[in-house]
Amino acid sequence: MKLDLKNGHVDMSHGSGGRAMADLIEGLFVKAFDNPVLATGDDQARLDVPKGMRLAMSTDSFVISPLFFPGGDIGSLAVHGTVNDVAMAGAKPLWLSAGFILEEGFPLKDLEKIVSSMAKAARDCGVQIVTGDTKVVEKGKGDGVYINTAGVGVLDPSLDLGPHRIVVGDAMIVNGTIGDHGMAVLARRENLDFEEPLLSDSAALADLVQSMIKSGASLHAMRDPTRGGLATALDELAGASGHGFQIEEKAIPIRTVVRGACEILGLDPLYIANEGKLLAFCPYDEAETLLAAMRAHPLGRDAALIGRVVEDKQHFVEMITPLGGRRLISRLAGEPLPRIC
Amino acid sequence: MKYIDAFRDPDLAQKIKAAIHHEVQNTDRIFRFMEFCGGHTHAIFRFGLPDLLPSCIEMVHGPGCPVCVLPMGRIDAAIALALSEDTTLCVYGDMMRVPGGKRLSLLKAKARGADVRTVTSPHEALMMAQDNPARQVVFMAIGFETTTPPTAVVIKQASALGLKNFSVFCNHVLTPPALGWLLKSAGDQNEDVPSLDGFVGPSHVSAIIGTYPYNIAAEIYHKPVVIAGFEPLDVLQAILMLIRQVKEGRAEIENEYSRAVVPEGNRKAQALMQEVFTLRDSFEWRGLGVIEKSALKINDAYAAFDAERRFAIQEQSTKENPACQCPAILRGAKTPLDCPLFGKVCRPENPIGACMVSSEGGCAAWYAYGTRGRRGAA
Repeated sequence: MKLDLKNGHVDMSHGSGGRAMADLIEGLFVKAFDNPVLATGDDQARLDVPKGMRLAMSTDSFVISPLFFPGGDIGSLAVHGTVNDVAMAGAKPLWLSAGFILEEGFPLKDLEKIVSSMAKAARDCGVQIVTGDTKVVEKGKGDGVYINTAGVGVLDPSLDLGPHRIVVGDAMIVNGTIGDHGMAVLARRENLDFEEPLLSDSAALADLVQSMIKSGASLHAMRDPTRGGLATALDELAGASGHGFQIEEKAIPIRTVVRGACEILGLDPLYIANEGKLLAFCPYDEAETLLAAMRAHPLGRDAALIGRVVEDKQHFVEMITPLGGRRLISRLAGEPLPRIC
Repeated sequence: MKYIDAFRDPDLAQKIKAAIHHEVQNTDRIFRFMEFCGGHTHAIFRFGLPDLLPSCIEMVHGPGCPVCVLPMGRIDAAIALALSEDTTLCVYGDMMRVPGGKRLSLLKAKARGADVRTVTSPHEALMMAQDNPARQVVFMAIGFETTTPPTAVVIKQASALGLKNFSVFCNHVLTPPALGWLLKSAGDQNEDVPSLDGFVGPSHVSAIIGTYPYNIAAEIYHKPVVIAGFEPLDVLQAILMLIRQVKEGRAEIENEYSRAVVPEGNRKAQALMQEVFTLRDSFEWRGLGVIEKSALKINDAYAAFDAERRFAIQEQSTKENPACQCPAILRGAKTPLDCPLFGKVCRPENPIGACMVSSEGGCAAWYAYGTRGRRGAA
């Protein structure tokens, strides 16, 4: 039976393992993700690993609401999120798996939109979706669509990035404005409109990372500050590195509309999620080289040096406020909640 | 004018800082001021203002955090309400993690099956009632005079719509009686309140009630009040104005926040509050105790929308963790560092007292924005 992508809905048979499921897989997923590994139709993807390379692997599940938001959707996010986690090791992400948990009654039209967006996101960053799975849950037992992706990338064995490499004197660099994704989603969820649109920064950072490696600057560590925002990533890394960080608040790039929206809702942009940002550490005297390479890339145009690593037995992240005062940064506890008074 | 940057201008901040240092340079006294509102506490820490102030200026946090001053019994009543069948409880996000008795919170009650929803305005709760006629939707109203008028509006709307499944659990409290209690108790060892030289007065609250209700501070207790906005320059300027009043022996109600506050306040909002609410004889404040005529209840005309009457809510008295110093912190007697739980057992992810939960709470501000000396054992 042909899939009715215009008016059809997901029903229980689409997860049954039978013909309807095969129709969904063939008619939608295989067509959109189109690549020779997936086309074999086998239960597993067999992958050729370039000689001498190590593998880097990561997985992430996506349960975002709303499914569509300004600047992206759950499909593109499911690609970017996992690709970025793999890329933070300096690896080049090549393959993804995709697991879908669909809720009975979900419009196939919306599913098709999500799947094509996922396919485009994967194509744009040179990643193949090589294996997948589909399950359907009864109406009321899911939130439309949940997606899990796992990603595998190849890594030059000479690269060793991580918090253990961070040393006193390192520079800390972000590739652009923070807080965009979380505020775009929150604004859509709460139906808030601002003069300037709030757009998610959802993007695959793998290509930017490759440019950063090629710049010749000695990268020590990278982290994508997603949930919990920049503040949480800084606090975690300071703890893991065994050093303290000193941040200059006015150096942190934040779009005016994001600052404004945060003010109205009583939120701190440092704690708001990002999906296309990375935090990089390199020796201070190589920061200019790294910054130049980043700024030459479309995803690093607003790259900025925001602070440096200092000696501190307590591993605090200390921020100099624009008024010249100091405050400590800690990690997010629970959900960021709008204030009430 | 860019309102965010205008009141955070670093050059102006340096100028006010210099003026403050100049004012105190030949004095050897301590100036101890209370910032009534959690919003001010938040601004002081978020912008690192203690680093800009001379050491002779001591800022003491006040009780201006609506979540923090709610007695545990009322949290427990809300949890019981949320756990009852066919009931949806709508609360502001700050309420979710506030610990009640028996180590339960609304967040934990939700995990046990209670239908608790966070809303950002009472209107959302009203819409939920309209969309779910088979469920009793209760809005848990909390806050000072700032959040009271919107609650009045939805009660009137519910009445006009003839809604049978919407009610409000009213926990609105009033600023002037709490300030009056602090003025009366300041320096009184029996009440355990420190002596104070003046107050940074509320900003948003004053936009509603105006400046007149603070006159008792100047007239009866001879203490200056400077009403100030929540921006760092507002707070610095208010501190400068307070120092000058103290040095000149003046005790006046000054309005630094004139861009939002007029002496008579917002008459329309006041009329709305009067139409829907009436004074309670007394109300228990966490940390301050029972204060007469310090809170509002829904009046008889709108009794049909009063959750306390509809569900016969009885306030239980609940034992607090004896080690938690929230009560003393709320009346300015202690700082979070004096609490044995702060930063160790009591952290934002596992709050023991409400002051660690709300973004307006003193402990939460110390923890989130503290400086080295103020974080405690992290």
